[in-house]
Amino acid sequence: MSTEETSGTGDGSEYKSTTKTDKKTGTVKNTEAASAAVTVVDPRLLVREQGLAGYIGEFKRKLKAGDLGSLPVVLGLLIIWGIFTRLNSNFLTAGNFSDMSVAMVGTGMIAVGIVFVLLLGEIDLSVGSVSGVAGAAFAVLSVTHGMNEVLALVLAILTGTVAGAIHGFIFARIGVPAFAVTLAGLLFWQGFMLQILGSNGTINLDSEGLVAKLTSHYFSDVAAAYGLAIVVTVGYFLLAFSDNRRREAAGVPSRPLNEIIVRTVLLAVLAFTVAIVFNQYKGLPLAVVIFLAVLVVTDFVLRRTAYGRKVFALGGSVEASRRAGINVELVRISVFAVAGTFAAIGGLFVASKIASANQGAGTGEFLMNVIAAAVIGGTSLFGGRGRTWDALLGVMVIVSIQYGLALEGIASPVQYMITGGVLLATVVIDAVTRKTQKTAGRA
Amino acid sequence: MSATPVLALRGVSKRFGAVQALTDVELEVRAGEVVALVGDNGAGKSTLVKTIAGVHPIDEGVIEWNGETVQINRPHDAQNLGIATVYQDLALCDNIDVVGNLYLGRELRKRGVLDEVEMERRSRELLDTLSIRIPSVRIPIASLSGGQRQVVAIARSMLGEPKLVILDEPTAALGVEQTAQVLDLVERLRERGHAVILISHNMADVKAVADKVAVLRLGRNNGIFEVKSTSQEEIISAITGATENAVTRRAARTNGEAGK
Repeated sequence: MSTEETSGTGDGSEYKSTTKTDKKTGTVKNTEAASAAVTVVDPRLLVREQGLAGYIGEFKRKLKAGDLGSLPVVLGLLIIWGIFTRLNSNFLTAGNFSDMSVAMVGTGMIAVGIVFVLLLGEIDLSVGSVSGVAGAAFAVLSVTHGMNEVLALVLAILTGTVAGAIHGFIFARIGVPAFAVTLAGLLFWQGFMLQILGSNGTINLDSEGLVAKLTSHYFSDVAAAYGLAIVVTVGYFLLAFSDNRRREAAGVPSRPLNEIIVRTVLLAVLAFTVAIVFNQYKGLPLAVVIFLAVLVVTDFVLRRTAYGRKVFALGGSVEASRRAGINVELVRISVFAVAGTFAAIGGLFVASKIASANQGAGTGEFLMNVIAAAVIGGTSLFGGRGRTWDALLGVMVIVSIQYGLALEGIASPVQYMITGGVLLATVVIDAVTRKTQKTAGRA
Repeated sequence: MSATPVLALRGVSKRFGAVQALTDVELEVRAGEVVALVGDNGAGKSTLVKTIAGVHPIDEGVIEWNGETVQINRPHDAQNLGIATVYQDLALCDNIDVVGNLYLGRELRKRGVLDEVEMERRSRELLDTLSIRIPSVRIPIASLSGGQRQVVAIARSMLGEPKLVILDEPTAALGVEQTAQVLDLVERLRERGHAVILISHNMADVKAVADKVAVLRLGRNNGIFEVKSTSQEEIISAITGATENAVTRRAARTNGEAGK
């Protein structure tokens, strides 16, 4: 390429010189350039300093970029606990804590499904009604028709799966906005529940039955809670450690061993504190064990499997996902089916808590609490950002407010207003962090 | 340069209802060759690229791949042949990190679980061989500049080891520095023996990296030029369809003013 030919205008001439040298130097020199590129550190590279300064630096950078993670909700939770403990000394007791833990499982399960839907950037308004249907379906099948409890349980959960899949199908294949589909679902499934409950309106569950046991069973042996804490801690350490070994072997950046140890110790402190609290009361609640297992499994599915990656991709850009060969419709339908399934599971826990299926199940503020739990936990309403652990944090906030106010004898109007205020604060944080992340190029 | 073109279009026509978008278009691309596809808005560049990529099947004509006639009816057909298309609007997910985006839709798995370590290792390797420098492979795409996103999108197309890479206006929205990065990358693709079709409105880019320029005008071929032996004015007159046009008039006017 001669100089005459490259005579251009404006910005053109600037980079032509680069290409010219490239052409002259040819392939051999280019390999040199390539190897140099690896060793020479680009000043923009994100290099973390060693030691404590590095962590503080990274933390500051994340904070600046609006990458707050779970920080706001954890702080909020501590503040709420602080206030209620000051108001009423009964709040921070083992008994209250244990009761709250069991009470939050129903809402939390449904919120896990909502996190899936929110990751797509969609909404499911029908989960409350679907949860009611599941409870009613179980009660009708097992109590009225005397069906085997396990079979009734499975069928009740499948009801939710089918309901969710129907919403997903209408949304994904026919293209009706998810908001409208699930709003219709909200009404339809509520009517369906009232229909199958019949004229009585309430069906009491066998208090020694399978579903009732879900929330009433406690592993009273102290070894259970401590054992679980040990399993969690050791499991975390081994996973992190082996992952790190693999990363080192492959030559990609890995965490220093110190960091893993610090994280494991923090987790151990948390796990054993919770275990001690449970053991001071009735022991380790079965409901909490199931909820934790669900959180671990769903978190794993979302972050470590190809399916989870697809869900996140759809929340980021539908067009990009489609071009990457992802079956957009199938993923959408499956996510709504997941939401329906967890709604049904949650509905069974709610029915278990009151040992009956009644007409009020899944109605009123229940749906709002579920969505609020997912959002308060830190799942973005804009899609593509969130974890199922958010559901745990969010539901802890909501249940703490409910129990705290109930201890004070404050009526539900005030409770609604406070929960509404917390939700508003959360979505404001979500919107603001999103803005900050946009300006910091991290949205 | 091999004798048989990797891709050859013979007499390709495409009609959308009453609009004849392409008429008897011929195009050849060989391995290790960069062919620039230029033309004014509505000349049929995008349509031509979409027929090759399988988005719009052709109505008439023949598409030859390594000398053999092939049918490209779906995007999947094109991908299976070894055609990778990098579209103007990028097609990356902002919320997923660089590694995740590179492997989106073809994640490496180990016993059903994402093999993040291997994906990260290979991503670094790929980016190194292409001399692409980005702050970290573990930051979301949203943190990258426009040029960095474009090179990631191009690198992503390289994962399938394609024989032909189609770049749809890769430098359209980029600054000087980023444009240079992308053009460098185009040259590296050529050195690695890929055939490249580059759509561009920017004559400077075309002159900088292309070997041949194929001009489309109103859906027809309007000349295929060797870049080395063709002046920019000739290409522009082929694009606009006349030697006398707004560009030459302006050039004459400014030259005249300079002479005064």
